[in-house]
Amino acid sequence: MSWLDKIKSKAGLGKKIPVAEEIWIECKGCNGQIYVAELEENFRVCPQCDHHFRLEAKQRVLQLLEPGTFVEHDNNLSATDPLKFKDSKKYKDRLRTASKKGMSSDAVFTGSGVLATHPVELCFFEFKYMGGSMGVVVGEKITRAIERTIKNNTALIIISCSGGARMQEGILSLMQMAKTSAALNKLSKAGLPYISILTDPTTGGVSASFAMLGDIILAEPGALIGFAGPRVIEQTIRQKLPDGFQRAEFLLEHGLIDQVVHRKDLKKTLNQILSLLGNTPVSPPADKTEQK
Amino acid sequence: MVQILEFEREIFALENQIRELVSLSHMYDSVGDITHEIVGLHKKVRRMKHDVYSNLTGWQKTQVARHPDRPYTLDYIKYMFTDFIELHGDRHGGYGPSIVGGLAKFDEQSVLVIGHQKGRETQEKIRRNFGMSQPAGYRKALRLMKLAQKFRIPIINLIDTPGAYPGIDAEEKGQSEAIAKNLFEMIEIDVPIIVTVIGEGGSGGALAVGVGDRILILEHSVYSVISPEGCASILWGDKDKVVQAADALNLTAPDLLRLGIVDEIVREPLGGAHRHHKRVAILLKKALRKNLHLVSHLAPEKLIEKRHEKFRKLGEIGFEITT
Repeated sequence: MSWLDKIKSKAGLGKKIPVAEEIWIECKGCNGQIYVAELEENFRVCPQCDHHFRLEAKQRVLQLLEPGTFVEHDNNLSATDPLKFKDSKKYKDRLRTASKKGMSSDAVFTGSGVLATHPVELCFFEFKYMGGSMGVVVGEKITRAIERTIKNNTALIIISCSGGARMQEGILSLMQMAKTSAALNKLSKAGLPYISILTDPTTGGVSASFAMLGDIILAEPGALIGFAGPRVIEQTIRQKLPDGFQRAEFLLEHGLIDQVVHRKDLKKTLNQILSLLGNTPVSPPADKTEQK
Repeated sequence: MVQILEFEREIFALENQIRELVSLSHMYDSVGDITHEIVGLHKKVRRMKHDVYSNLTGWQKTQVARHPDRPYTLDYIKYMFTDFIELHGDRHGGYGPSIVGGLAKFDEQSVLVIGHQKGRETQEKIRRNFGMSQPAGYRKALRLMKLAQKFRIPIINLIDTPGAYPGIDAEEKGQSEAIAKNLFEMIEIDVPIIVTVIGEGGSGGALAVGVGDRILILEHSVYSVISPEGCASILWGDKDKVVQAADALNLTAPDLLRLGIVDEIVREPLGGAHRHHKRVAILLKKALRKNLHLVSHLAPEKLIEKRHEKFRKLGEIGFEITT
């Protein structure tokens, strides 16, 4: 190695270091260059403009739960493709490719853990798995998580990140909206808290079911949240959509969510809410039979 | 003007020929007695209808389900109920004209009937927004269902919508929340709910009034997570691939029965509901009577328990547990 190479490598300019794209990333919010390590440290939020990059599912656990407390459940459920769906590619092949990439949990992870001092059931979506779409496995895992919350008398947190129902499972995926919402009714009657966190994006069948049914609904800044996707709306009404339409702040202004919460404050906020909801000095209402 | 679907063309042509022949035989004695021929031709038409209508593809069924002459909710109300009184508004600033609802008599019993209404003439179509509801429609429906619950009145829901309306105002007013809320509440409305897909069952906008104890579907209706057009353009990148998309989606009545989504298929008169409004209404009324009877004797707690069980199981065939 020549003296020049030595200096280059010390300065991080040598051949052996990874290409620039891997160290620096352009922010979609401010177009500025961010040092990737810094971005990761900041929970993938741009240090300059607070643009929230999509978080990989597993990073949620690191951010929210106490180390070592997360126990994943139901990652042995897999889709059977009862419609034998095939578009340009077979659905079966899409599933196979995804699980080869090590994504065995379908589009949602569910499990138990502890947030600060609160035992919780946590569900969080993996957008990389078919756009976080909800098929039967997602519906079943969420429903089971709700049922576990009731059984364990804890609290439920769902972090949505999904384009909606999974077309490749047809009507079966649509019915997961009803299935999960029905289970949430039972949770509600049990008097246990459900906090729904909407991240970019939360649309379609996911937003029109459990995501909008939280006792408390929080959203990450700038997240796209809506029933119909912006392109569909544009095509339907044939006009351009206003700036900021369907963003988290827009939903807040329209009274549809409780708060927009910066990712760095998420854990603190959840802890605060769970503490406030859990601290109930007033005795529970007498049950219906006693009232009669 | 009667709209004729591509695959109905031959049937209509033959029917016209028969009509001409009959009027000719009435006008000219020289034609002679052609009763025998006419009877034969009628038989042929029936055979053709039977062949065509028992072999419709998913896309053809979608076209029948969307046929502009197909009976809509208000037609069924006219033929199946008496004393209908329409009730309006969601009480939160919304009118909700894409969904109609009201109290009526079904046989001798009071019922609440709710259904999407597409609109027949251009102006009414626009007023009804082609059956694509704003949040107000779903909220009105829920308000009325709670009213029915209070007075212990069974609920009959008719589904016929391309989907929930995708628009700026719909989003501003919480389309997602409105649909979600109905799914959440309907599971525990403790009076019988009988749902029938009478035309197009378009995704969340259909399901928002689609939770019930018995789910029926008319023979040529469809029910799907997305329209064939939407599916084709997203998954095939080609909006003309509707035939393939409709097939892949498994959206026909027999598909839905096989997948455990619907409990019963209600037969339509030969040639489709769009040609026999009154007759299909009679068939549906019979089916509704039977299905109401099936659940009416259940105690409210039992009814809810069974409804929960029914929806808890949906999609069971879609996953397996691997070890």
